[in-house]
Amino acid sequence: MTACKFTDHTYDVVVVGAGGAGLRATFGLAEQGLTTACITKVFPTRSHTVAAQGGISAALGNMGEDDWRFHFYDTIKGSDWLGDQDAIEYMTKEAPAAILELEHYGLPFSRTEDGKIYQRPFGGMTTHYGQGIAQRTCAAADRTGHAMLHTLYQQSLKHEARFFIEYFAIDLIMEDGACRGVVALDLSDGSLHRFRAHKVILATGGYGRAFFSCTSAHTCTGDGGGMVLRAGLPLQDMEFVQFHPTGIYGSGCLITEGSRGEGGYLSNSAGERFMERYAPNAKDLASRDVVSRSMTIEIREGRGVGEHKDHIHLHLEHLGAAVIQERLPGIAETARIFSGVDVTREPIPVLPTVHYNMGGIPCNVHGEVVTPRDGNPDAVVPGLMAVGEAACVSVHGANRLGSNSLLDLVVFGRAAAHHCGRTVQRGTTHKPLPKDAGDLAVGRLDRLRNAKGPRRTAEVRLDMQRVMQNHAAVFRNGESLAEGVHKLAAVHASFADVQVSDRSLVWNTDLIETLELDNLLGQAVATMHSAANRKESRGAHAREDYQDRDDREWLKHTLAWVDAQGRVAFDYRPVHLNTLTSDVQSVPPKARTY
Amino acid sequence: MPQFRLPENSRVQPGKTHAAPGGARDVRTFRIYRFDPDSGENPRVDSYQVDMASCGPMVLDALIKIKNEVDTTLTFRRSCREGICGSCAMNIDGVNTLACTKSTSEIKGDVKIYPLPHLPVIKDLVPDLSNFYAQYASVKPWLQTRTPAPPDRERLQSKEDQEKIDRPSACILCACCSTSCPSYWWNSDRYLGPAALLAAYRWIIDTRDEATGERLDELEDPFRLYRCHTIMNCAEACPKDLNPAKAIAEIKKMIAERQH
Repeated sequence: MTACKFTDHTYDVVVVGAGGAGLRATFGLAEQGLTTACITKVFPTRSHTVAAQGGISAALGNMGEDDWRFHFYDTIKGSDWLGDQDAIEYMTKEAPAAILELEHYGLPFSRTEDGKIYQRPFGGMTTHYGQGIAQRTCAAADRTGHAMLHTLYQQSLKHEARFFIEYFAIDLIMEDGACRGVVALDLSDGSLHRFRAHKVILATGGYGRAFFSCTSAHTCTGDGGGMVLRAGLPLQDMEFVQFHPTGIYGSGCLITEGSRGEGGYLSNSAGERFMERYAPNAKDLASRDVVSRSMTIEIREGRGVGEHKDHIHLHLEHLGAAVIQERLPGIAETARIFSGVDVTREPIPVLPTVHYNMGGIPCNVHGEVVTPRDGNPDAVVPGLMAVGEAACVSVHGANRLGSNSLLDLVVFGRAAAHHCGRTVQRGTTHKPLPKDAGDLAVGRLDRLRNAKGPRRTAEVRLDMQRVMQNHAAVFRNGESLAEGVHKLAAVHASFADVQVSDRSLVWNTDLIETLELDNLLGQAVATMHSAANRKESRGAHAREDYQDRDDREWLKHTLAWVDAQGRVAFDYRPVHLNTLTSDVQSVPPKARTY
Repeated sequence: MPQFRLPENSRVQPGKTHAAPGGARDVRTFRIYRFDPDSGENPRVDSYQVDMASCGPMVLDALIKIKNEVDTTLTFRRSCREGICGSCAMNIDGVNTLACTKSTSEIKGDVKIYPLPHLPVIKDLVPDLSNFYAQYASVKPWLQTRTPAPPDRERLQSKEDQEKIDRPSACILCACCSTSCPSYWWNSDRYLGPAALLAAYRWIIDTRDEATGERLDELEDPFRLYRCHTIMNCAEACPKDLNPAKAIAEIKKMIAERQH
């Protein structure tokens, strides 16, 4: 191919990614009359939001007393105080309106007897600051993410948003520290496209595929995070990786926390409901990090189930076929297909499985990307925004509560669109792009397209996944993390020996998987190093050698820069313990028990 | 006598065979349709012998294993690997289904894998779904109302009314149904096909929607709706156990009823 021939496009705003956050931003922008393009490597309804099951949180109070301030408190406690309280206030306060808006778009929510949106209990969601169990998670059976993603795509169709589907974004176009656009590859013919925009919104999701076993889709390769690192910007709190307690043993497919919300429970080889020992109040509905650690301890101490005593049982049998059919039909199907289990008769074999990245691209409540500059820890990167799992606002801190993710997507997708509506003058002329715009992308693309090294992409990827799985696990310690850092450096270096054997232009997925691997590797390195660097235990980051939370030293966000050689530099940002308004009181750090 | 054959450039040629690695004991053969538009050559069927002892249970696991270890040029769509995103729809063992939820052990003999039928093939197992997506968009698959939504609460809907839309709204747009329909094969330019009609039905019966009349008007057409001849392949093919054929029959019934 002739490397430097671009097709050029100009838009007010370009959104990269068409999951929940990307779509909410896209049609929010189109609705306001901003010219908008959404670039996505998969058709929108294939995005991984589609796999979310249990629901989306909002203090509607449809099933009993609730208040967004309870939700605010629970989210801070869930985050182990690493969440930014101004952002958490914004999200939980906006939640009811955001959910009602989805209903008004036609989302097929399950219903209560009086026709309102059905809400179920979820881990860590309480009333009266931990006193009671809240029913806060709005559900469409156990396919809420599917219902939401399709609804958001339908709204995008309604607003005639412009999509570039099956285009793979390669790199940002940066000029003097500002983002000017993005370069993307059209899968259908291998052509290169340069998108110039006043704002680029990254909505590229998480990087779960850096690990060997995850609930994440094959496409969850954190492409936005990779682009940000290559643009010389940091990623935040990358050590915080959520293990979902109930991935199916073997395949890693997700079994929703909603199954425990509906009354399911975990048991060990003695048939004991062991969560009662670890979390006397919340039991099986403790926070995900707590449940995953408890399960891991049970297995370590020889109380795992199965031939190798290496997993745990999740029981739904006692719920009865009717409840399962109405509330958890998808789980019944998934358990049947992937573990051959009839959930009305037998328990599901489960294991804590990588599920979500709390860390990501640091940004503020408007979705603007921030980076430390001239002593200001919250300096905005002009032209660049991030939303959804790709971003780290941070509303999830060190551990996300179940059903806060779908909420994060719609609240901040919408906030980003509104922010653009306020700050971008419709149709303003664009400065010409710098001469070297797109060089970074083209350089990488040409190198990888012709890569003739001895190692297949899949081999390097598997090496990375195994190191991550073994060394950045549920429990971590300094020695193992140091070893992980060392091994990962070798894997990172071996990427220089990668081989792309598909030389075609049309739908070259060998090339795409290699570009994705490049994105994953940078984030894997950031994760391992950040984990080795943080010498305390907080939320999902559990250090055996530093078992306590250390607020004096570590009540701060990690920022990690990773250069092309895989070298890491750190800095920190303060956690925002302040609230946004006086509607709610800041919650000072205290011991976290469930 | 007219001759019914594929056009010259679509006729499938014999392809390459990739033997199993030495020492493999539990070998299955995957016969996979290959088409490389860059090469200018006709499509072919390549055979891959896979050692099932080191392969996951689903057809998608085998495809990924082949791509990872044997032939990186093998091209297919995939994402969630748990039957909810609809990416990996293809024709396996003669039936349209999702590779990620189709167990290889359910298939007897060689595993034959082709792209979804009667769609233009972009490459290997990747078909062009543009027309399918355009037809979905054409039924205006979003809530249409004249009455403003209540400002501070949801639109109410009874459990019974919600149940009516619950299954139809679970469609994953994989296109298994539409591309299994002979009527859609012949008339996909004008017949909307089962997936788009199921989507239309989902909004017609949604008690919150206020455009039922317009929606039925749009469908009342000899081609858009009435090319459904109740062949029922759609219901047979749906990997999510949905029943587009029934939805289409209901739409026809509603149109018939309003004529009286």
